[in-house]
Amino acid sequence: MKEYLLLNLRALKGRAYPRVVGGTRELSWIFFDTVLPLLTVAAYVFVYKYLGTFEGPQQEYIAQFIGYVILGGAMTAYWMNVLWSMAAQFYWEKEIGNLQLYMIAPMSRMAVLGGMALGGMFYTSVRAISTIVIGVLIFGVTFSLGPPIYLVLVFILTLIALYGMGMLFASLYMIYGREAWHMSSLLTEPIYLVSGFYFPVRYLGSIVALSASIIPITLGLDALRQLMFTETAGIHGFLPVEVELVALAVLSVLFLFLARHSLRFMENLGRKTGRLTMRWQ
Amino acid sequence: MNYAVETKDLTRIFRVKKRRRRRSGSKGAEQDVTALKDVNLRIEEGELFGLLGPNGAGKTTLIKILCTLLLPTSGKAYVAGNDVEKDPYPIRRIINMVSGGETSGYGLLTTRENLWMFSQFYGIPSKEAKKRIDEMLEAFGIWDKRNAKVRTLSTGERQKANVIRGFMTDPSIIFLDEPTLGLDVNASRIIRKFISDWVRETSGRTVLLTTHYMMEADELCDRLAIIDEGGIVACDTPRNLKRTVSKASSLMFEVDYLRDPDKLKGIEGIQNFTYKHNGQMNRTLLTFIVQDESAVADIVSRIVDQGAKIHSLEKREPTLEDVFVSLVGKGLA
Repeated sequence: MKEYLLLNLRALKGRAYPRVVGGTRELSWIFFDTVLPLLTVAAYVFVYKYLGTFEGPQQEYIAQFIGYVILGGAMTAYWMNVLWSMAAQFYWEKEIGNLQLYMIAPMSRMAVLGGMALGGMFYTSVRAISTIVIGVLIFGVTFSLGPPIYLVLVFILTLIALYGMGMLFASLYMIYGREAWHMSSLLTEPIYLVSGFYFPVRYLGSIVALSASIIPITLGLDALRQLMFTETAGIHGFLPVEVELVALAVLSVLFLFLARHSLRFMENLGRKTGRLTMRWQ
Repeated sequence: MNYAVETKDLTRIFRVKKRRRRRSGSKGAEQDVTALKDVNLRIEEGELFGLLGPNGAGKTTLIKILCTLLLPTSGKAYVAGNDVEKDPYPIRRIINMVSGGETSGYGLLTTRENLWMFSQFYGIPSKEAKKRIDEMLEAFGIWDKRNAKVRTLSTGERQKANVIRGFMTDPSIIFLDEPTLGLDVNASRIIRKFISDWVRETSGRTVLLTTHYMMEADELCDRLAIIDEGGIVACDTPRNLKRTVSKASSLMFEVDYLRDPDKLKGIEGIQNFTYKHNGQMNRTLLTFIVQDESAVADIVSRIVDQGAKIHSLEKREPTLEDVFVSLVGKGLA
């Protein structure tokens, strides 16, 4: 048991390594992953600033909305990482021949995915923090923070649930390869909208916001906004932070459970059909 | 008797889509392709066993099944006594696999980092893993490439690193799927020597090597199975296999380019024959396995009847290639 645990911890560390060192080897990310996302953020910021020039009750909240946009912009990095570098990763691994080497190794497949997730979280956090710092400096956002323990818990649970979802998608990519590609495309722009990346999700109405809550980033982003801009939490927040925290915990367990079983099922299916090692599909 | 590998009536059928007919526009139906059929093999512990066959013969499919990457359609396969279908986990602890032309790992990592990463998937403590990696990098002559990024390595260097990846976990059974594919003479020689030394160094280590290089199979393997179209055609030591054609003679003719070499078929006394055109030299190389050397007169006369000149005639000791031609009726290349 101890030996198996050690094996999986080492496997996790081994697979996280390329993502952790990747950032220091290819510095082009500084431009592509921080400067470019800021352009989209800037577009929304200027829309809100323009709206703030009109007389009306909205003027009071413009500063918070700009903060929401910057936070949403930073969280897009995680969503993109989950979709294209977590879910789709097994497709790439199959194409370059790594997948079969993972599959013949004795470690748990969850350890490989866990390593990919941990490495991805580290890699993406550097980018997300850079976006927030640059955004705050340029647009002069001020925060009014809630309890730090809640903030940390929400952030960690959001990432666990989000990457758990990525692990679940990874098992689909492992078998369906390119056919699963459409899923990632479908989940990019529509999720920016329904998860409220650039505005509070409550304004989409309860039914849409509740439906979108299956994507952990919806509740995570809403809770983070409430905890980082406490003055307007009651006005723009969708659900109470405590409820969102519990929901995120449930989603974390659910996605990790589903990912584990789906991986096992898909691996067996792949061994049966031969798709586990079949390239160019 | 403990067998490192045992298969019983092992069959694997793939269901593939037929090509669509353009004109009719009908949907592509599915058809079954038999990659392996009723394969029965027993490889003993400590053997260096070769699987010789042309492309598409079923070698890689067999390796994939034994490595637990693929399930049999019917029949059974056991590795170290464990059923590949029911007990894949104990198998994965004691095996490893290396394929020719493999591009495993990540290009932005260095050779050493890449190998270390794979060692972690087998739970080898970092210090021990780095020690083994350094020793093997030196043994393979790529120590100077230890800090080079994998994407900058040449084909030969990358394949040496792949072989190190397979052996550094010290498996009891290793599956080598054409490990010297596309490598130059020197790189191939280093890899072959390493494989041969590794299996003899400690008792109980087993190698299953697939190849379509006859010389490699002859030089390395204790026993060989010849596989063609998914079935085992023969299985024995290289020496015994060659004895099966020792009563026959192998004759090689180099002649002017022959337009219709198939006209040489059907001559009495010929067991089998193959030909290869050399367009640059405008010549054709004919290889005959003959039971009765009196057939030579007929062969010569049929070549001359086609207006071709004979440039050379050589009689050789039987090789594995001759065995292959004699059993399968075609050459490997």
